[in-house]
Amino acid sequence: MTNLSMTVKKNIPYIAISVLILALLAAVPFFSKPYTVVLLKNILMFAALTLSWALFSGPTGYISLATAAFYGVGIYTAAYLGKVLPLPVMVLCGGLASFLLALIIGAITLRLRGIYFAIFTLSSVELIKQVLHWFEITVLGTRGRPVVKISNTTVYYVVLLIVVLLMVTTYFLKRSRYGLAMSSIGSCEDAAAHIGINVTWVKVLTFALSSFFIGLTGATTATGLIYIDSHIAFDLNYSFFPTLMAIFGGIGNVFGPVIGAAVFSYLREILITRFPYAYMIIFGAVMILTILYLPNGIIGLVQTIKDKVLGGKDATASSRKVN
Amino acid sequence: MISFINILVNGLLMGGIYAITAVGLSMQYGVARILNIAHGEFIMVAAFLTWMLHTTLGINPILCLAIVGPILFVLGYLVRHYLFKTLKEKTPSPAAFEGNSMLMAFGLLFVIQSLATYIWGKNIVGYDFMRYSVYLGEIRFAANRLVIMITAVIICFLFYLFLTKTRTGKAIRASSQDPDAAALMGVDINRMLTLCFALGALMAGFAGVLLSMEYKLDTFMGMGHTIIAIIVMVLGGLGSIPGSLVGGFILGIFYGIVSGIEPGLTEAAYYLLFMLLLLFKPSGLFGR
Repeated sequence: MTNLSMTVKKNIPYIAISVLILALLAAVPFFSKPYTVVLLKNILMFAALTLSWALFSGPTGYISLATAAFYGVGIYTAAYLGKVLPLPVMVLCGGLASFLLALIIGAITLRLRGIYFAIFTLSSVELIKQVLHWFEITVLGTRGRPVVKISNTTVYYVVLLIVVLLMVTTYFLKRSRYGLAMSSIGSCEDAAAHIGINVTWVKVLTFALSSFFIGLTGATTATGLIYIDSHIAFDLNYSFFPTLMAIFGGIGNVFGPVIGAAVFSYLREILITRFPYAYMIIFGAVMILTILYLPNGIIGLVQTIKDKVLGGKDATASSRKVN
Repeated sequence: MISFINILVNGLLMGGIYAITAVGLSMQYGVARILNIAHGEFIMVAAFLTWMLHTTLGINPILCLAIVGPILFVLGYLVRHYLFKTLKEKTPSPAAFEGNSMLMAFGLLFVIQSLATYIWGKNIVGYDFMRYSVYLGEIRFAANRLVIMITAVIICFLFYLFLTKTRTGKAIRASSQDPDAAALMGVDINRMLTLCFALGALMAGFAGVLLSMEYKLDTFMGMGHTIIAIIVMVLGGLGSIPGSLVGGFILGIFYGIVSGIEPGLTEAAYYLLFMLLLLFKPSGLFGR
C-alpha cells in the first residue's frame, strides 16, 4: 500500500492534468454545439476500444483482432434489450455477454501463439458475422433490427465514464501482481509458467476483462446507430482501427492509446465524408510508417525527446516505462 | 450419384485456383515469414489489370499471364525490398517480426484497396471469356473453368520443378529450412527472401488473371481470397507445394459439398474448418 501511495505521489502532476481534462470534458455538453458532443463522443468511443485492446494485447503481446466480435455483441445486446431494460442495466448486460464470449474464445484459442492467435481471432469475427447473417435471414426471416435512440449527451457521459474506468483499471492493473504476471507472459511465456504463474488463467481473464469493456462500449454507442445488422455490428474495421490507434499512440502508458484514438478518429471525422479513400490511404500509410519508424508510438517518441532534452537523466527509468 | 459427381467435378474445378493462391502465400509466409494479409489485394490488382488489358486493348486473358505476372513480380519485389526488409533489419526477434510484418501487411491492404477503389471505382466489372458450356458425360460446366484449372495446375507443377530442380530453387528451400546454415553455404539469404516474396506476388498475379476469366470483380474481393489462401496453406502444411495443391482440391470439394447442402453457410463453414484446423492440426497434411 505504501508502494501504491508513493507512485500516486510521484505522478501528482499527471493526475492533476487528467482531472482537469476530465472536468473540461464533463462540462462540454453545457456550452458547446451538439456537433462537438457527437465528435467527442466518437473520439471517446475509439479511445475506449483502443484502451480495452491495449489492456490485454499491450502487456501480453498477443495481437487480438477479435475487438469487432465483442463490440458487435454489445451492439446486438442493445438492439435486443434496449427496449425492455434501462440504459445502465442494458449496458452492463452487453459487457457481461462480451465477457462470457471472451471466456469461451479465450479458453480455446489462447494456447495458440503468435500470429495464429491473431488469425484465429479474426476468423472468429467473420464466423459470428456469417452465422448471424444466415440465422437472421433463414430462421428469423428479417435482416437487422432497429435500436432505441438515446440522447447524445447521455451516451457521451456514459462513454466518458467507461474511458475513465478503463484508464484507472489499466493504471492500477499494471502496478499490481497481476499486471506483473501479464508482462512476464509478454516477455517470456515459458519462463512465466515456470515461476508458477497460471499462464492460461491470467491470459483468459485479462482477455475477458478487456472484452467486458469493449462490450460496454458497444452497447452504449449502439444507441446512436438507429439501425443495425450483422455486417454493421461485426465490421472488421472495429478490429483494425483500435489495433492501429494503439500502436500509433504507443502502448507504454495509459495516454498512448487515447492520443492514438483521438488523432485518428478526428482525422476520420474530417476526411471520411469528403475523401473516404484518402482517409484509408492515410490510415494504411501511417500504420506502415509507424511500425517501421515509431515502434513505441507517439508516447515513445515523446519519451525519447524528453530523455534527450534532460540529457539522459533518469533515462533508464523512463525507457523502462516505455517498454 | 450424378449430384455427387457434380459436386466432385465442381470442387476439382475450384481447386486449381485455390491451390495457386495458397502456393503464393506459402512462399511468402513459409519462407520469408511474412503473413501477407494483403495477398488478396495483389490478386485483386492483377484481376483488374487483366480486365483493363482485355477490355481496352483486346488482349487475350491467357496472354495476360505473361504481362500481368511480371508486373506483380516487380511490385512484390519492391514491397519486400523497401518495406519488409527494412522492418526485418529493425526488429530484434523473429517472433516480433512475424507480428509486426502481419500488421504492416494490414496497412498495405488498406493502401492498395483504397487506391484501387479510387482508380477503378466501386462498380462490379467483368468480361466474357470462353463462357460456353462443355459436357463431360452428363455434367455440364463452363469451358473457362476447365482452362483455369488446367492452367493453374500446370503453373503449380512448373513452380514445383523450379523449386526442386534448379539451383535457385534449392537455395530457396535451403533458406526456408535453415537460414543460418544456408547463409554459411554461401546463399544470399536476403536476396532469396526478397525473391520468395516476389514469387509469391507473381503467383498472386497468375491467380488474379485466372480469376478474372470466370468471376465478376470488385475492389473488395481481396480479403476473401486471402482467407482462402491461409486456409489452404495451413491445410496443406506450410511451405509445401504438393500440400497446397492437395489442400486446394480438398477445399474445393468441401466448398462443393457445403454449397450443395446450405449455400448461405459456405463462408461460415470455411472459417469453422479453419479454426478447427488451427486447434487440432496446425501442422497441416504435409507439414513438417
